[in-house]
Amino acid sequence: MRQRSLIAITAALAAGALTLTACGSRDSGDKGSDSGNGGTTVVIGVDAPLTGDLSAMGLGIKNSADLAVRNANKQQLVKGVTFKIDARDDQAQPSAGQQNASSFVSDKNVLGVVGPLNSSVAESMQKVFDDAKLVQVSPANTGPALTQGPDWQNKKVRPYKAYFRTATTDAIQGPFAAQYVYNTAKKKKVFVIDDKKTYGSGLAATFTTEFKKLGGKVVGTEHINPDAKDFSAIATKVKNSGAQVVYYGGEYPQAGPLSKQIKAAGAKIPLVGGDGVKDDTYMKLAGSEATGDLATSVGAPVEDLPSAKQFVADYKAAGYKEEYSAYGGYAYDSAWAVIEAVKKVADANGGKLPTDARAKITEAMQGVSFDGVTGKVSFDEFGDATNKQLTVYAVKNGAWVPVKSGTYTG
Amino acid sequence: MNELPQQLVNGLLLGSMYGLVAIGYTMVYGIVQLINFAHGEIFMTGAFGALTVWLWLPGGTTMWIALPLMIVGAVIVAVAIAVGAERFAYRPLRNAPRLAPLITAIGLSLALQQAVWAWYPEAKSARTFPQIEGGPFEIGSVTIQTGDIFLVVAAPISMAVLAWFVMKTRTGRGMQATAQDPDTAKLMGVNTDRIIVIAFALGAAFAAVGAVAYGLKYGEINFRMGFILGLKAFTAAVLGGIGNIYGAMIGGVVLGVAETLATAYIADIPGMDKFGSQSWADVWAFVLLILVLLFRPQGLLGERVADRA
Repeated sequence: MRQRSLIAITAALAAGALTLTACGSRDSGDKGSDSGNGGTTVVIGVDAPLTGDLSAMGLGIKNSADLAVRNANKQQLVKGVTFKIDARDDQAQPSAGQQNASSFVSDKNVLGVVGPLNSSVAESMQKVFDDAKLVQVSPANTGPALTQGPDWQNKKVRPYKAYFRTATTDAIQGPFAAQYVYNTAKKKKVFVIDDKKTYGSGLAATFTTEFKKLGGKVVGTEHINPDAKDFSAIATKVKNSGAQVVYYGGEYPQAGPLSKQIKAAGAKIPLVGGDGVKDDTYMKLAGSEATGDLATSVGAPVEDLPSAKQFVADYKAAGYKEEYSAYGGYAYDSAWAVIEAVKKVADANGGKLPTDARAKITEAMQGVSFDGVTGKVSFDEFGDATNKQLTVYAVKNGAWVPVKSGTYTG
Repeated sequence: MNELPQQLVNGLLLGSMYGLVAIGYTMVYGIVQLINFAHGEIFMTGAFGALTVWLWLPGGTTMWIALPLMIVGAVIVAVAIAVGAERFAYRPLRNAPRLAPLITAIGLSLALQQAVWAWYPEAKSARTFPQIEGGPFEIGSVTIQTGDIFLVVAAPISMAVLAWFVMKTRTGRGMQATAQDPDTAKLMGVNTDRIIVIAFALGAAFAAVGAVAYGLKYGEINFRMGFILGLKAFTAAVLGGIGNIYGAMIGGVVLGVAETLATAYIADIPGMDKFGSQSWADVWAFVLLILVLLFRPQGLLGERVADRA
């Protein structure tokens, strides 16, 4: 008898632990959308890391997509259609992303998906969506292979017709950073570090190619483990390499501690990163010595664009707990692109959605064009944003301050 | 400039932290032959205990006052959870087959992680940990960070206290006796239940000190920090000879130094450039573990013991 009760306790504990885990992956994002008026409900799926290290960016995406849906409902942009979001947590894990993709596909009300944040997660979702002809618009993926195929440097081939993005790619972002570092900041010796993930290693590679082309010297390369916290060995190497700047391909949860430990080791040189670094959490992790660190990000600073003023005001008025973060404007535009595509299809069909709405919407997305938060939103033949603007930000008084905007020219 | 001394110090510091956590694995294993896989999470809750104390203190409190209180807070939380785990999760299973408490430990580890995730305010992403003010210390070409000074001081003191406790006190000797043969120890009048609770509590206290060191070293803590570190500390305990408290510390230091040197130098060996850098450091640490286990299965300081019937 004793034995049996023990097994019961073990089972109960294990079950309890599993239940708690499951709690984390479910986040109903359907609050905040006005229901009613008797028409059709169109669900826009949102996939982003809502918990874990990257949640600051993920929650910004979720809230901004929610804001787009609320505005569309308020304006009754598509007559008889009420939009609603269904936000799911991918924890920045490709496997979780793929599961979410499958469940979006199986929900017949989902006619478009916004997300994900990570390029590596997008890789696992693309085929699932493409097979179902369900359109996906990412506000944040910058991996060039997602739209231009794995051999994008030589021959561009679009692998999936259902994938679009409002962010520009690392094929532009890395070189843009290289030009700024070499030409404007006048740093000639760089130490390149990446986290081996699709996004990080891609960005580091495009940066390195351009930096070498300009005449700069790469004095060392390192790959870090995204799980790791201790970068002291690398920091010592950076210090002794004589590098004038460190380029990091990766995201802020590692970039912050890395910058801090490099400076602590005695190398008072700036760390430069991509859009994955440009989050306010970076400053918390990197500490007071982060001043002077740089990051590129897609588009112009949201606060400076006249088109974004309304977004910033609306976001504030909506009372979201979290910041809109680096991709808020892009997430709003991604959701809005889906809404525009739905509107096109509905208009063409006499105000009602056809039975093959998903395929029609995917088709319509190619021709969507509107003035969004981040500027003009439309897509080229690969599904990439036609807006190729980038901005360099620097850390100043504990905040990211834009220092230079522009477009990369080959 | 020669960077070897700096890299050795880096490894030594990392290793001391592994060692502090490894003591918990090794003591519990030495006495009840249980691998407490929830120990990494006990370490993690200790860090959150220290953070909680810091948040309670009025703003502007200097670290000289705050740090001792934070250590106390960390130790109280970690010990309470470890003793609770022993009482409610492990003791009922003490005579069950060995697999049962192992599964419980894994379940408990997940439960603790998710509990902090769910209930600790803003613990869903990393929380910043207070730092000690003041510049780094330079000894020759070696730099030691202010946050690491704590580790430099705490690790040897902790070891000395532990050695004194185990060798010189009555309870410590009771522990040794229980480790050798719990039934005979019981016949000799040793309260084995009490000894086991103390082993859990001591292990947790050292993990708590390690957790404060972690917070000071990296400036942030999160709900998942215990998993990888726990795994490394467990490896350190096995490397040093599980059941041997000095072995835990030695194993930790060997592991930390091996990882650091692998990161720094493997890529410089001709033909090995693909296997260098930090992403391979864990691989080399485990290669080292496998080698030690192949040629010295009892670990570096362990003794060859016959399996108890």
